[in-house]
Amino acid sequence: MEKASDSPRSLPPGLSLQAAPLPRSYLNYVGRKLFRLVETLHGVVAFSLITLGVTLTQFNRSSRVIHPLIRAQVFRAGVGSLPMTTFLATALGFVIIGQTLSLLQQVGAQHLIGTVMVTVVVRELGPLIAALVVLVRVGTATVIELGTARALGEVEALEALGIDPIHYLVVPRVLGLAISIFSLTVYLILGTLFSGYLFAFLQDVPLRPGAYLQQLGLALYWQDFVLLALKTTSFGAIVAIATCYEGLAKPLQLEEIASATTRAVVGCVISWVLLDAMFILVYLMI
Amino acid sequence: MKANDPNAADRTSPVSANPLIELTDAAIAAPSPSDQVVVDGVTWRVNPGDYWVIGGLPGSGKTELLLTAAGLAKPVRGQHRLLGRDLMGLTESQMLSLRLQVGMVFAHGERLFHQLTILQNVALPICYHQNCAWDEAMDRVEALLTHLELLDVAHRRPGHISRAGRQRAGLARALSLEPEVLLLDNPLAGLDPQQMAWWLEFLDRLAAGHEVRQHRPVTVVVTTDDFHPWHVRGRQFAFIRQGRWLPLGGRAELEACTDPLVRSLLAPVVTTE
Repeated sequence: MEKASDSPRSLPPGLSLQAAPLPRSYLNYVGRKLFRLVETLHGVVAFSLITLGVTLTQFNRSSRVIHPLIRAQVFRAGVGSLPMTTFLATALGFVIIGQTLSLLQQVGAQHLIGTVMVTVVVRELGPLIAALVVLVRVGTATVIELGTARALGEVEALEALGIDPIHYLVVPRVLGLAISIFSLTVYLILGTLFSGYLFAFLQDVPLRPGAYLQQLGLALYWQDFVLLALKTTSFGAIVAIATCYEGLAKPLQLEEIASATTRAVVGCVISWVLLDAMFILVYLMI
Repeated sequence: MKANDPNAADRTSPVSANPLIELTDAAIAAPSPSDQVVVDGVTWRVNPGDYWVIGGLPGSGKTELLLTAAGLAKPVRGQHRLLGRDLMGLTESQMLSLRLQVGMVFAHGERLFHQLTILQNVALPICYHQNCAWDEAMDRVEALLTHLELLDVAHRRPGHISRAGRQRAGLARALSLEPEVLLLDNPLAGLDPQQMAWWLEFLDRLAAGHEVRQHRPVTVVVTTDDFHPWHVRGRQFAFIRQGRWLPLGGRAELEACTDPLVRSLLAPVVTTE
């Protein structure tokens, strides 16, 4: 029989987890983790489907309240992120494109510049960096805002007033962030391509603007535009769903908001990588 | 009188074919994740024109009872009818139209939207349900804020005004949708005597037909952990003791009740300086 002093129940609540016995076996540990993962996936998928349903069926409901909220999200995530995105586009152009141009010139492979730019900037780095900027600037704040609202009972207050919390809190964020990440990605790509060429020009790389643009044009397919739109809006929706889910789906105590924010960030990054892998398969087929 | 006569309060309540709220042998649970039954055996009819005062010690389940009565939580057991309609099996839109008839004022001025100003808090339900811009709701909102003496703090956020102001803002927000019945969770908690007098007077006028409601009377349900300020105001009384719903009846029955808990809730609170 266990001694009473060994029981975690005899410890204060804050210490009980630290004193909890180690998992009996790694199998149990892995099993618990898997169950939690499945449970979270189930919750996120259900939350996403509910949000999709509300977005499609209630887009025009209370439009004079909801549409300004969408614009506010675009302003906050998109316009508000422009200075940061400009800085990153310039840095990215100088660091990656400028150096790549110089290296390609050294090995006599300047004709590959368009392909390299489209693959690196348009298909991969552009969407990822724009999404990261929005996640850091707005996504984390969203978890804190919604988690606090949930902890303070504001969600129940919305329900008491007959306002659907998904419609009022989640839909504007999903649409706003999707539009913002798409727009920021386009801005980031243009800025990166421009600053990259500027760096190359300053380094006296013999590449005329016309030839540079021609190579880019030859490397781009029409599918790139469609896939870029799909990818960036999906990234935006992922940020909004993951942050809103962590903030709203479960009743939170104020002290749980920090860990919910961490979970949302990790969830976003993992989801982007998985989605990106699927897009790579599509790009390989082009 | 006996404190556990389930029909006691009905004798003081005018009989109506369509009670606004009707709970029959309902078990009320705490919010998830605990889901523990906190009040059992609730058989309660709220008729138009009633003025209910429900007493109980802090943590006795009064808030959960109001949330359930408002249709925001489901009873674990029993039947719940709102404006004559059984809530079981209703669609979300049907529930919504019923729920809009019930105004809810949370305790301590909590659950205001902290990102919005007081004015926007009051305007939001109007704008959302009538699909109008803030400006178009201003006449109604300003009238409400004037009656509730909140006009001078209209452009401040809830965190920047007093608790008494937040409490009134909660009332203004609940009244913005012109509900038929108003549920108030411990509205006098933490207020000074002057504020308490204002609330009691305002609720009396609401129950009788206030100008802010175009002189249409509103049905009032309040919860309290102190019957004393209410015993000359309310018309129907009940209390919750150890998880049981115990209707008392009218003022006479309240005064005559010998239950020690009721007597202690009726005793005036003595404050020492």
